[in-house]
Amino acid sequence: MREIESIKVTETVRNLCIEANSFLPGDIKGRICDACENEPWPLAKSILGIIKENFEIAEEKHVPICQDTGMACVFIEMGQDVHVNGNLEDAINKGVRRGYTEGYLRKSVVRDPLDRVNTKDNTPAMIYYSIVPGETFKITVAPKGFGSENMSQLKMLKPSDGLEGVKDFVLRVIEDAGPNPCPPIVVGVGVGGTFDKAAFLAKKALMRNTDERNSNPFYADLETELLEKINKKGIGPQGVGGKTTALAVNIEYMPTHIAGLPVAVNINCHVTRHKSAEL
Amino acid sequence: MSEIKRITAPLTKEALKELHSGDDVLITGVIYTARDAAHKRLCELLAEGKELPFPVKDSVIYYVGPTPAKEGQAIGSAGPTTSYRMDAYSPAMIEAGETGMIGKGKRSPEVIEAMKKNGAVYFGAIGGAGAYLSRCIKKAEVVCYEDLGAEALRRLEVVDFPAFVIIDSEGNNLYETGRKAYLDSAEDK
Ligand code: SF4
Repeated sequence: MREIESIKVTETVRNLCIEANSFLPGDIKGRICDACENEPWPLAKSILGIIKENFEIAEEKHVPICQDTGMACVFIEMGQDVHVNGNLEDAINKGVRRGYTEGYLRKSVVRDPLDRVNTKDNTPAMIYYSIVPGETFKITVAPKGFGSENMSQLKMLKPSDGLEGVKDFVLRVIEDAGPNPCPPIVVGVGVGGTFDKAAFLAKKALMRNTDERNSNPFYADLETELLEKINKKGIGPQGVGGKTTALAVNIEYMPTHIAGLPVAVNINCHVTRHKSAEL
Repeated sequence: MSEIKRITAPLTKEALKELHSGDDVLITGVIYTARDAAHKRLCELLAEGKELPFPVKDSVIYYVGPTPAKEGQAIGSAGPTTSYRMDAYSPAMIEAGETGMIGKGKRSPEVIEAMKKNGAVYFGAIGGAGAYLSRCIKKAEVVCYEDLGAEALRRLEVVDFPAFVIIDSEGNNLYETGRKAYLDSAEDK
């Protein structure tokens, strides 16, 4: 049994919150630069140029890429032979509190969705645990902005809706979102499972490196096809028209019930942030 | 792309008539910030017939909740938030004298009607470019609603703040025309 002190968890979460908010992942940066290069529409191209300059400033000055520093989504991958000394959930929230306070990040969480009083330290984190074999302990922090989160949708399709139904739904969600989620966007799609698992898969899809396609060739092709179709829509960066509406489509799938075909679309913006560390 | 227009805030009704959907602008002057929670309070004041805590006539409101400023900064990262959440409040604000709104994303037909009727412009700033945009904000001070934290109402002094006219005072909408023009051009090829 491997022992991990909860203070290590707190420190790691703190650092990941701060770093994820200033340093955009390399794959996303690469995609923004490529899109800028290949964008034929002048206003769209100049917007992509500013988006690029923006992440460069953030990186150089260690300031948040975007003012919506998000809800802290924390993914814990914990080996079943690991024991954390102390209260793990408290340790994670302490890390978020310290990261958002010491890192000058915005506090965007309210304690109750209806009374809407700000918790003033961005806690609680949204925590997702997965237990895996062995002694690994991996933490991923993904600050999630709500401009794009608000444009996400889930639908329980019928099995007869099939592949076409899935494609139509994804494209409709992008159409409904239009300029709102700060395009160019990254699209996470979850297919299968139950109502809640589909939504989780969509979020998990956003954590995958966008340069890696799904390992199942069928879903890999579907990712490529949907990306092409989305970019034919002409919504463009910030919705002003152009070739670049989405940077990537990532799909995750899992088994589901004979009666169901759940599909969830979780939209992320060009500020798709996540950073991981292993303890 | 059209030539860049330099404009000043507060924005008079005469000046805003010269602005057209699709124009690239640089805004210099004094603007105010408000998001959902501040708008709610402002509109409650308006409904009670009370005076607003800032000069609303010819005002430009920026929909933003900045990150906290670090030492030596006027303000933290400060890009626009999605505007449709202010749709319920904007017609009343425009009636009260607001002439400009800076945000991102779609507006409701009611807001566009109020803009046409009273004379107001909707500007888009680049969503997600908070680090870039904050450099154009030279001074920031809380006017009121400090309890709202990032959502407090702030007075900002901006110099050459970049934006584009999304919807002008005649109701022309860049989200519709820009997309159509791009798609037409793509078809031609
Ligand atoms: S949607 Fe993304 S880029 Fe836009 S404001 Fe929110 S976090 Fe920032």
